[in-house]
Amino acid sequence: MIQISNLNFSYNSRKPLFKNLNLSLKAGHIYGLLGKNGAGKSTLLKNIAGLAFPQSGHCLINGTKSSKRLVSTLQDLYFIAEEVHVPALTPGQFLARTASFYPAFSITDFYSYLKILDIDPDLLMTRMSYGQQKKMIIAFGLATNTSVLILDEPTNGLDIPSKVQFRKLIASVLNDERCIIISTHQVRDLDSLIDTVLILDDHRIVIENSIDELTEKLFFGIFKELTGMNVLYEEETLVGKYAIVQNTTGKYGKMDLELLFNAATTNSSKLLNALKPSTNHE
Amino acid sequence: MEFKDNEAIYLQIAAFVSDQILMGKWPGGQKIPSVRDMAIELEVNPNTVMRSYEFLQGLEIIYNKRGLGLFVADDGFDKVKAYRKENFVRQNLPELFKNMYLLGISIDEISLQYQHFQAQQNNELNQASNDENKQ
Repeated sequence: MIQISNLNFSYNSRKPLFKNLNLSLKAGHIYGLLGKNGAGKSTLLKNIAGLAFPQSGHCLINGTKSSKRLVSTLQDLYFIAEEVHVPALTPGQFLARTASFYPAFSITDFYSYLKILDIDPDLLMTRMSYGQQKKMIIAFGLATNTSVLILDEPTNGLDIPSKVQFRKLIASVLNDERCIIISTHQVRDLDSLIDTVLILDDHRIVIENSIDELTEKLFFGIFKELTGMNVLYEEETLVGKYAIVQNTTGKYGKMDLELLFNAATTNSSKLLNALKPSTNHE
Repeated sequence: MEFKDNEAIYLQIAAFVSDQILMGKWPGGQKIPSVRDMAIELEVNPNTVMRSYEFLQGLEIIYNKRGLGLFVADDGFDKVKAYRKENFVRQNLPELFKNMYLLGISIDEISLQYQHFQAQQNNELNQASNDENKQ
């Protein structure tokens, strides 16, 4: 559905952000995009959405370059930015002016999402709190029913009950035709929701694996003794070594996205090698 | 539902469905929640629930009626029981034996304890049904 090949991009010619970045995303999945501050998560999402243009290489959505910004592409894509800016309209007025850009928009869904997220459809959005504005935009974005849905840090600013509702809503809108990409730092908010982990580091995508594959190949746990094991990454803790080891026994250990993230972004070539052989197999 | 850290989530969801069947909440022929509804309820990726349901279909505990949804097999209860029993014999029993061996516990001792346990369970069951009758 989304194909990025040899993407090069920089805001400043001396500091390239992406160097020959490749990534392929399919419908029917929820991708979790992780990366350090400044690694370029939002910029990558903007390149996908046609809000930033590759210097070389390309980003295709269903075979069409998103940088062309064709109506047929844009009407089937919704991008929820991290910082939302809302006009002085009520959600109902916003709907009346904006929904028609999206042919698959469902008015019924929109009002039901607003209700679930506890947003008053008749309140001026400029009178809403930041979290409420964000929830309003999430409700709108989900109701567009576009095949590509991009969410940049969606849970920032959401209160605890809203995060639960958010997870339920995302679980409810995924279908075989839809590709959902969520960038986040709040990994614990989303770890049973995403099925594929993307880690952006060092100008490229270093991890692009399904969670099933990761837990099959890796074992996460606390160890007193690590000798004899193929240790891919370890951190010292009070109760022992918290480590990622190669999974040779077929046992299951819940994946810790934070540990995986630390491992992947501290240039752990061992980890990347352990995952490599089958990153391309399908 | 709180997930444990030592078992794949799809297996824990499959175990949850099996528990409902064993407890008689979902008898044979009963429709079970759709993939989507279950994913919403548990706040997990629908693909994970799909994997659980495929796993249970593989064991013939549930089956798919085209266009209608997923249903508990008529012999779902027996299938779950057989599968759990097999798991118990393979996984839990060796562990139990090892502890019995290490601690020098005889099978007679265990048998006595088990009789107590059975009696207790039966009492509780009777109590519960009496309470229900009163209401």
